[in-house]
Parts: sequence; structure tokens; C-alpha cells
Amino acid sequence: MLNAAIMAAEEGSSPLAPNWWEFLVTLAGFAVLMFIVIKYVMPAFEKTFEERTAAIEGGIAKAEAAQAEANAALEEYKQQLVDARTEANRIREEARAEGAQILADLKEKAAAESARISEQAHVQIEAERQAAVVSLRTEVGTLATDLASRIVGESLADDARSSRVIDRFLADLETSSQGAVSNSAGAAK
Amino acid sequence: MIALALPAATTEEGFVAPTIEDTHYRDILPWGDPYGVWFDPGFGKQMLMVILSVVIIATFFLIASRRRQMVPGKVQFLGESAYGFVRNSIGKDIIGGRDFMKYVPWLFTAFFFVLVNNIFGAIPFLQLPTFSHPGSAYAIAAIFYLLWVGIGIRKHGLRYFKLAVVPSGVPWYILPIVVPIEIISNFIVRPVTHSLRLFATMLAGHLIVTLAGSAIEYMVMTGNILLQGTSVLVLLGAVAMYMLEALIMVLQAYVFTLLAAIYIEGALNADAH
Repeated sequence: MLNAAIMAAEEGSSPLAPNWWEFLVTLAGFAVLMFIVIKYVMPAFEKTFEERTAAIEGGIAKAEAAQAEANAALEEYKQQLVDARTEANRIREEARAEGAQILADLKEKAAAESARISEQAHVQIEAERQAAVVSLRTEVGTLATDLASRIVGESLADDARSSRVIDRFLADLETSSQGAVSNSAGAAK
Repeated sequence: MIALALPAATTEEGFVAPTIEDTHYRDILPWGDPYGVWFDPGFGKQMLMVILSVVIIATFFLIASRRRQMVPGKVQFLGESAYGFVRNSIGKDIIGGRDFMKYVPWLFTAFFFVLVNNIFGAIPFLQLPTFSHPGSAYAIAAIFYLLWVGIGIRKHGLRYFKLAVVPSGVPWYILPIVVPIEIISNFIVRPVTHSLRLFATMLAGHLIVTLAGSAIEYMVMTGNILLQGTSVLVLLGAVAMYMLEALIMVLQAYVFTLLAAIYIEGALNADAH
């Protein structure tokens, strides 16, 4: 069996002897394939790889930029929040101070007003009292004259005398403010 | 011709094994035989398959590289992975440096040319690894032989041959022994093994499967029930060998390309070795 195989091989050409047409076809095939690879396949793949790398790196850069932006915005918002809080505190303090000031002003004003009102009342009372004293003086004079004339039975209608009497009486009244009426009454008796 | 298909291969004397000649099919377009065995101008199945492989590879990669999408589809992803494998795992890792990209098209073309032509041997009806014919194996090894010698000369000038055969740091009195060894090893054995490794593994695998096929055929045709039963064992063995051969087909494509890259790298950095 083995002999048969060896003999069969010996009958033909050596297994190492090439068919030169096959040699040439292989060379040509390789050359054609190589041409297609260099001309079309490799540039396309390399370009795709480059674009993909660029896209991924661009995406990462974009994401980093967005992250940085977001961080900046967050910082800004935090800062704004702190500022707003400080501002609110300041305003509150101011309002409190202002309120106290207003309260004090009002108190002062109220006190002044009350002082003014009481002052006015005093003045009015004094004026009324003065008026009362004046009218009393006139009336007391007339009354006393009437009474005295009745008692004396003599008319004091005589103006000159009655004026004298009244004047003296009033002068007495001036000297002692208290009990002037009784004095004058006593004097009139 | 095809022992598998011809019951006549079994003669009265017993089993006749298929020979290497059986792997050389009849020409599809014979146009005379004026140059004898050395320049037989027949157009055979093997050549047709070489052309077929070029068409298949070119079509696939043209389709895969045409769309150029950021997010690749299945075909594009497959093409990119295949290209990236040769570019990075073989080209970048072995040759490296700044200018490995110059040699990627050679490696890429070689890898898929050898791979597809080898796998033809595992496809039913095609069933012929084209590199089991020595002409093709010599051709592709010659391409790389010329390539790396050319790279060496271009990079280092004629000094390249001295760099390649005179190892540095060897005492002068050993050089008469070392230099012939280096010459034989680098410039004769290297290209020969580069081609024969591919050729021999493909031919051997192809022969084993052919042999098993014809043996099964013979056993079944004897009419002997014992031999027919035994043929089942041969069939199991043949399937296992077929699987092994399929593995070797892929492996040899990788080995061939890897060695080509190593030789190119050696020529580029001849002064550093």
C-alpha cells in the first residue's frame, strides 16, 4: 500500500514541483487584492477609526465642558443664595431698626402731643377761670350792691357812691384772694 | 482523478491509496501542452479558486468598509475586527514603531488571502486548499522574501547583508562557522520553510481527508460486513482529522502572516539584532 503510494508519486512529477501557471495566478491574485486593499479598504477603515476616535474624544471633551459649566452654575447659584440670605438678614435688621426708630418717634410724638394737649387744657382752664373770675367779679359787685341796697334800704343807685363802694370792695378783694367775697360782703355790711 | 467519486479506484489487488497527483485535478480549460510539466498552461480548479478567493475577500471588505458608520453594523463590525486584528495584533505588536502602517496592507492581504484559500479545503465540493499546490505557496512566500530583503536593503543599504549574517558580539574565530550558518538560515532556509510550512500542512491535511474518504469508499464497496463496520471508525477518525485540519488552516494563515511580520521587523531593525 505504502509502496503503491510512493510508486504512484514517483510516476508523476515531484510534489514540490510547482505549476508555474498557478504561481503566476497566485501572484496576480495577491497583487489585485493588495491594490484593492491599499486603494479602497484600508483608507476607509483608517478614516472610520480616526473619525470614531475623534467623535469619542470630542464627546468626552464636550461632556467635560458641560460638567464644568454645570459646576460653575452651581457655584454661582450657591453664591447667589448666600448673597440673598445675607441681603435678607440685612433687610430684616434694617427693618427692625427702622421699626424701633418709628416706635420711638411715635412715642415721642405721642408724648409731645399729650404734653401739648394738657398744656392747652391748662391754658384753657386758666382762661376760663379768668373769665369766670371776671364775670364773677362783675356779678358779685352787682349782687353785693343789690343786697347792700336792700339791707341798707337806701338806694345805692347813686352812681358816684356806688362806684366808690364797689371800687373799695374790689380793692379789698384784690388784696386777699381767698375769702374776698365774704370780706367784701362783710365790708358791704 | 477524484478517488472519492470513482469506484474504479478500487482494483482487484486491494486498496490503492490516492496520490498527490489526485490533488491536481484535470484542467478546466486545457489549451495544449507545449511546455511540458514545468509550464503546463492548463487552467485548473486551483487557479479558479485563487481568483474566487480574491473576489470573495475583495467583495467582503469593500462592503464592510463602504458604509463607514460611527456605530458599525454587523458586516462593518466584522470587517473592522478582522482588519484591526491584523493591523494591531500582528502589524503593531510585531513591527511596531512609527511606520508599521506601511506594511499593514501586505500583512492584511496575505492573512486573508491565505486564510480564505486554506478554508476552501474545509468547504464541501470546493474541498481544495489552494496552497496545497506548491506553485501558490512558492509565489506568496516569494513575495514576502523579496519584500523583506528589499526593506533591509532600502533601510541599511548593502550593509544589510553584513548585518544579517554577521551577528554582533561573536568572537572572530567563530565567525567562519557562524556566517555560513547565518547565510543558509536567513536567506535560504527561511523563505523555503516559509513556503513549505504552508504547502506541506495544507497538502498533508488534504491528503489525510482524501485518504480517509477513499478508504471508507473502498471498505464499503468490498461487500465485507466486517470492513463495512470498520469504516464507521474510519469515518469518525476522518471527521476528527477534518476538524484538526480546519484548525490548522486558520492557524497556518496566522503563522504565515506572523512570520512575514517577524521577517519584516528583522529586516527593519537588522542593526539591532
